[in-house]
Amino acid sequence: MFPEVDSGRPVRPARHPGMPVPRRSRWSQAQRAWRAHWQLYLLVIVPLAYFVIFKYIPMAFNVIAFKDYSPVLGPWDSPWVGLRNFEQLFNNPVFGSLLKNTFILAFYLVLASFPIPILLAIGLNEISNGWFKRTVQMVTYAPYFISTVVVVSMTILLLSPQVGLVSKGLGQVGAGPMNLLAEPDFFRHIYVWTDVWQTAGYSAVIYLAALAGIDPALHEAAKIDGAGRLQRIWNVDLPGIMPTAVIMLILGVGNMMAIGFEKAYLLQNNLNLAQSEIIPTYVYKTGLVNADFSMATAVGLFNSVINLCLLLAVNFAAKRVTGNGLWR
Amino acid sequence: MSTTRIREPFRDRLSLIVIRIMLAVVLALVLLPLVYIVASSFSSPAAVNAGRVSFWPVEFSLDAYRAALSNSEVLRGYYNSLIYAVAGTAISVSLTVAIAYPLSRKSFYGRNVVMTLLIFTMLFSGGLIPTYMVVHDLGMLNTRWALLIPGAIGVWQVIIARTFFANSIPDELYEAAALDGASDLRVLRSVVLPLSKPLLAVLALMYTIYQWNTYFDALVYLKDPDLFPLQIVLRNILILNTPRTGAIDLAESMRQQQLANVLRYALIVISSLPVLIIYPFVARYFTKGVMVGAVKG
Repeated sequence: MFPEVDSGRPVRPARHPGMPVPRRSRWSQAQRAWRAHWQLYLLVIVPLAYFVIFKYIPMAFNVIAFKDYSPVLGPWDSPWVGLRNFEQLFNNPVFGSLLKNTFILAFYLVLASFPIPILLAIGLNEISNGWFKRTVQMVTYAPYFISTVVVVSMTILLLSPQVGLVSKGLGQVGAGPMNLLAEPDFFRHIYVWTDVWQTAGYSAVIYLAALAGIDPALHEAAKIDGAGRLQRIWNVDLPGIMPTAVIMLILGVGNMMAIGFEKAYLLQNNLNLAQSEIIPTYVYKTGLVNADFSMATAVGLFNSVINLCLLLAVNFAAKRVTGNGLWR
Repeated sequence: MSTTRIREPFRDRLSLIVIRIMLAVVLALVLLPLVYIVASSFSSPAAVNAGRVSFWPVEFSLDAYRAALSNSEVLRGYYNSLIYAVAGTAISVSLTVAIAYPLSRKSFYGRNVVMTLLIFTMLFSGGLIPTYMVVHDLGMLNTRWALLIPGAIGVWQVIIARTFFANSIPDELYEAAALDGASDLRVLRSVVLPLSKPLLAVLALMYTIYQWNTYFDALVYLKDPDLFPLQIVLRNILILNTPRTGAIDLAESMRQQQLANVLRYALIVISSLPVLIIYPFVARYFTKGVMVGAVKG
C-alpha cells in the first residue's frame, strides 16, 4: 500500500535528495487544517457531541458503581463506598448462576452460530445459479428482518402445548404434550437455535462474498490435480474464507457478553428463570425495576470489563494463530 | 463449434446431490414456521384453537385480520412506529453522513483520533443505567425524543459510510471541486451526496428497520401508552398475553378467547409485512452495505 498522503498541504516542487525536510509541528499542522477545512470541523460538532453525551458521559457515570448513589445528590456528590457493591454482588448467591447462565448461553451461541453460515455459504456456492439458489438465499436471508418480539412470539406459538406445531410433531413421535418454554433445560436450545434461524442467512452473505473473491485459477488447478469437490472445498474454499471467518469469530466473541437482552427478557418466564436469568436481564431488573442504580451499574460495569477482556484476548489469539485480527 | 463438456466424476455429482438435498432441508426449516403462521392467520379461530392448522389455511377466514385492524392499540402503535421510523431515519442518516464525510477526507486533521473515539464505544459501552441517567437528566424520559436520539448513530453505519465515501469518490473530484472554488460543504452537497445514493439507501434502510423492530428503548424510556411503538404493543398482546374480554356470557367469552388467540397470528403478519415487502427489492443494496462495511474497518 502507498503511504497516506496528507493532501491538506499544498503541493511543493520536488526537493533535491539530501536537502533537509522542514518538519512542521503537530500544532501548526492542525491550525492549517482547521483554517483550510473549518467546514469539516463544523460538520462533526453535532455527531461528536452525540458520542460524548450518550457514550462517554455514561462511561463516566459508571463511578456510581463505587458509590452509594442517591438521586438527590447526583452521581458526583453521592458518598464513596469503595468496592462494597462488588463485594455484595460476588457474595450474592444469585451471582454464581447468573455468571454461569450468561457464559454458557454466550458460548453456546457463538459455537452454534459460527459454523452454520459457513456451511450454508459453501453449499450455496457449489450449486449453479438458478431459481433454487436464489430462493434458498432469499428465504434464509428474510428472517433477519423480522423483529425480536415477533420471533419470540412465533416461538411461543410454535411451542405452545395446545396448538403449537412442534408439540404436535412431538405427539406424532410419541412424546406427550409438554411446554418447552417452561422447562429451564430447554431455554438455551430455544434461544440459540431461534437465533441461528434468524441470522444464518444474513451471515452467509458475507461468506458468499468471500468465496466469490477466491481466484478461480486455484479451483482449476485443484481440478487438474484430481481434487474432488469435497477436497476443493476443504483445501481451497476454507483457507480462502479463513480471514473473514476469523474476523466474524472475533466480532461474535466481542458481542458475546453484550448478548441480547431483548430476546432473553422476552423468552423469560418464572418457570425457566433458573437458566434464563442472565446478566443483562438482571441489570435491568435491579436497576430499573428495583431502582438500585449503584448495584445495577456495578453489574453492568463488571459485564463490560469482561467483554472487553474477552475481545482483546480473542483478537490476540487470532492474530497469533492466523495473522488476522481486527487491528493491524 | 462444438465443445465437449468433461463429465464430472461420479463422487462429485453425488456430493452435489447431497448438497442440494441439505439446502432443501434448510429451506424447509426456515420457511415452514413462517408458512405455519401465515396459514393460521387466515384460518378460522375455531380451527386454530383446535390445533387443526399446519401449512394451509383451514376454513379460510379473515376474522383475525378484522380483529387486529379494529384494535385501537395496534393502530396507534403502527402510527407511532411510522413516526419513529421516518423521523429517526432522517436524524440518523443526517448525523451519520455528517461525521462519516469528514472522516473520509484525508485533509481532516485528527480523523484517526475521532475514529478511535468512535470505535472505542463499540468495545466498551457505558451500560444501561448510566445511559438511562443521561436520558433522564436531559429530560427526554417519556418523550418521543428518547427513541430518536440516544441510539441515533451506529458506529458500524459510520464505518460503512466512511468506507463508501473514501472508496467511491476519487481524490481528483475533490481537487477539481477545490479548483472551482467549492467549499467542503458545497462539495458534500453537490458532488458527494449525488454520487452516494446507494449508500444513502442502505443507511436509510438499516436505520428504518432498526427503528421498526426495536422495543428495548421504548421499554426502558417510555411509560405513556400513547407513545408506545408497535413492538411494545405487540409484546403486550403477543407475549404478556393480555387480551381484554368484556363478555359475561360463557360462549361469547370463549369465542372472544379464540379470537384473541388467532389475532396473534394476524398481528405477526401485519407487523412484519412492511419490512418483508420491501425486503426483496432492497436485499441487493443491503448486501452491498454489509460488504462495504466488511471490506476494511
